[in-house]
Amino acid sequence: MITQNPGSWDFHGGIHRPDCKSMSAGKFLGKVPLPETLVLPLQQHIGAMAEPVVKVGEQVFKGQTIARVSEYIGAPIHAPTSGTIAAIEEHPVPHPSGLSAPCILLQVDGKDEWGELPEPLPYFDDMDPSLLRERIRWAGIVGLGGAAFPTSVKVNHGPDRPIQTLVINGAECEPYITCDDLLMREQADRVVEGIKVLLYVVDAEECLIGIEDNKPEAIAAMRKAVAESGLKDVQVIQVPTRYPMGGEKQLIKVLTGKEVPSNGIPSEIGVICINVATAAAVTDAVMAGRPLLSRLVTVTGEGVNSSGNLEVPFGVYMSHVIAHAGGYSDKAYKLILGGPMMGFTLGDDQLPVTKGSNCLLAASREEAPAPDKAHPCIRCGKCMDACPAQLLPQQLYWYARARDFDKTQEYHLFDCIECGCCSWVCPSHIPLVQYYRFAKTETWALEKEKRQAEDARRRHEARVERLERLERERKARLRQKKDALEKKTAANGANPRKAAVEAAMKRVAEKKARQSEAEKSSGESS
Amino acid sequence: MKLPVHTSPYGVLPNNVTRVMGEVLLALVPGIIALVYYFGWGVLINISIAVTTALAAEAGVLHLRHRPVRPALSDLSATVTAVLLAIALPPLTPWWMTMLGVLFAIVMVKHLYGGLGYNPFNPAMAAYVLLLVSFPVAMTQWLPPEMLNAHPLSFAQTLTAIFGGGLPDHLTWDTITSATPLDAMREQLKMNKTISEIAQNPMWGNFGARGWEWVGNWFLIGGLFLLWRKVITWHIPFAMIAGLLLASGLFWLFDPESMPFPGFHLFSGGMILGAFFIATDPVTASTTPKGRIIYGFLIGVTVFIIRTWGGYPDAVAFAVLLMNMAAPTIDYYTQPRVFGARDKDNA
Ligand code: SF4
Ligand code: SF4
Repeated sequence: MITQNPGSWDFHGGIHRPDCKSMSAGKFLGKVPLPETLVLPLQQHIGAMAEPVVKVGEQVFKGQTIARVSEYIGAPIHAPTSGTIAAIEEHPVPHPSGLSAPCILLQVDGKDEWGELPEPLPYFDDMDPSLLRERIRWAGIVGLGGAAFPTSVKVNHGPDRPIQTLVINGAECEPYITCDDLLMREQADRVVEGIKVLLYVVDAEECLIGIEDNKPEAIAAMRKAVAESGLKDVQVIQVPTRYPMGGEKQLIKVLTGKEVPSNGIPSEIGVICINVATAAAVTDAVMAGRPLLSRLVTVTGEGVNSSGNLEVPFGVYMSHVIAHAGGYSDKAYKLILGGPMMGFTLGDDQLPVTKGSNCLLAASREEAPAPDKAHPCIRCGKCMDACPAQLLPQQLYWYARARDFDKTQEYHLFDCIECGCCSWVCPSHIPLVQYYRFAKTETWALEKEKRQAEDARRRHEARVERLERLERERKARLRQKKDALEKKTAANGANPRKAAVEAAMKRVAEKKARQSEAEKSSGESS
Repeated sequence: MKLPVHTSPYGVLPNNVTRVMGEVLLALVPGIIALVYYFGWGVLINISIAVTTALAAEAGVLHLRHRPVRPALSDLSATVTAVLLAIALPPLTPWWMTMLGVLFAIVMVKHLYGGLGYNPFNPAMAAYVLLLVSFPVAMTQWLPPEMLNAHPLSFAQTLTAIFGGGLPDHLTWDTITSATPLDAMREQLKMNKTISEIAQNPMWGNFGARGWEWVGNWFLIGGLFLLWRKVITWHIPFAMIAGLLLASGLFWLFDPESMPFPGFHLFSGGMILGAFFIATDPVTASTTPKGRIIYGFLIGVTVFIIRTWGGYPDAVAFAVLLMNMAAPTIDYYTQPRVFGARDKDNA
């Protein structure tokens, strides 16, 4: 059944804030030239870390797989250009913790020489979808909207979950970010081509493309591309501009009216949601046999001299990218990876761009001042009114602060999508999301501990059990032996040979007695 | 290059406590002007005493608790408490009584429970009730409204009355004060008069008590301003008014001669002020949408019950305090449905 009136639903809460997109919207600043070294983290996605399949000193070519995954949830890493593997070691990576993680360092040779690539699959609709999934997996495609969840896993919904609607996320609701906007404006055909492939792979009945109404050029370009593609049951839907419209659950709700179940995933309700840039990457993988090697990154904020979007190969330092956006301005104060609502500040800019890096926001002090001191919660409920997950953020905060992690779960902590709306509207300026992240981490740690304790207990019980069993077995063996012995003794009592001997002896004795009696009587008689 | 690390979201947050409290104060202005117009300078003097005491008390307590003083004073929450208490007091309340009430509100009700955000009871109302039960006579000595007042006091005379307890020579307390309309209604009903008889009294106006009804209207304008500014939501005031109108309306329908008309309830006492400014105090109210409706409605019904059968003429303070106690429980049972909640979670 095709969705009726797509886009006519609403989600609770959310916020309006100036979108600040005009600084970078529609501006393409070109492709960032290759630096001398690329730093490629082995973990650029959700799931298992990739394992290197190259050695230090090895020559690699553009597009060559340099790290693969053996786990189901994961994505391989490819060499974005040709060169030599310089090192495989820990290196600082873009992560809120500011920690280092294993990376492959590639010494760029400047030749940009392609390695061997798999066949393009232009007639994909004759193929088994599983082969296309395999191709998507090979290409290392992950969600490019920022979440970086492996796409091959997403499109493998399984036969018991038929997909009705493929939702294409072009909402791009975070302020400042315009890379998806640019992609839709300039490469709408590439996106639509990817949609064609995805529709075939997931066997969906329809496709709804959601774009916020602050991107009229993108909407027009996509509508044109869809019309020209001749695809039926694909609609571009203009959705209102309200953060977090681009949240997967929110967009699905607005487009289809369906709610992704709490703690659930969209395929449970027959929906799969894919970002526009991800769809374009699918096109490259299937139609050109090319893996994911680069992405569009928005560089913006009052802290850079020229805002815009750049195509950046993975592994390029952010400092290098900023330099190609005219460098920092005098106003640069902090560097945010991602948007101002859900991104995080980087303590340093000598960090590589990875698959999930959609935006580098060099913010001025006016744009992103240091946080105020928090006031006490006055329980005004503003946070609750703004929460798109329909939670009670004030209660969650209260219990997270009290470290009552059972209660935070009762108040559905894990339905929090960390969108930051609650923090945004809080008059007391409480960094609420920070408390929820903390509570989540603590809960995971506690659960891990509990699991470990449980494992330890089980191990202990198993050991006790084993010792007891050994003891029982030892005793049983002893008993067996003793029994056997006893039986032997008892049996010995009934031994025919012995009995025969005894009987014989008895007979001999009787005979002797009779003889002597006879002798006596004969002696008497004689 | 070392860059500062903060947590998201980033930007200039659109809201702050000072703004919220400032808007509450602003919204009180029309009602306060009306009060001064009808009941004289005493209202303003009370407010000044209360605010000064509140700020001093807040600063003192924070200093003792080794907390930063300035941000807490500038959040204006103590000022709001002081003003709400002051306008609930009779216009000629002795200065020390006002001070005592404010001290109690700030030190005991607010800070002994941990300060702003942690107090389970509405400080202004708790202090009002304390004064009411401690000094029942002084607390019910209201002035008649301007049009019925034969002996309006000048500013200087009011000052003397409040600070020295003295009145101009030709006046006594009995000649200048009068009972509040709610009190008068009560007394006369006790004397078995019918409503139509009571309504002959010049103190009754178009839809409530004269003077009072207009004060109520001006507070209503402030309340609507708060709604418009989204400082409060409609749930509590509307549910509270609905509760009162429904309860009083039902009884009035059955017995219009001994039960006052619902409009009288609405416009004769502290109902409008209570519904928009007091019951909506976020700290002590229910916080879920459904909870707010239940909370407000129950306050409205309780006000009617206490006014009709209880021991005190006005009941907004008691009703609010009672429901403050119930708020956490109401919240617990009225959690909103979580996005995507599965049916079993809803049950
Ligand atoms: S918005 Fe802030 S102050 Fe208001 S209830 Fe939520 S956490 Fe408390
Ligand atoms: S961060 Fe979590 S609690 Fe806050 S508004 Fe978003 S979903 Fe709700």
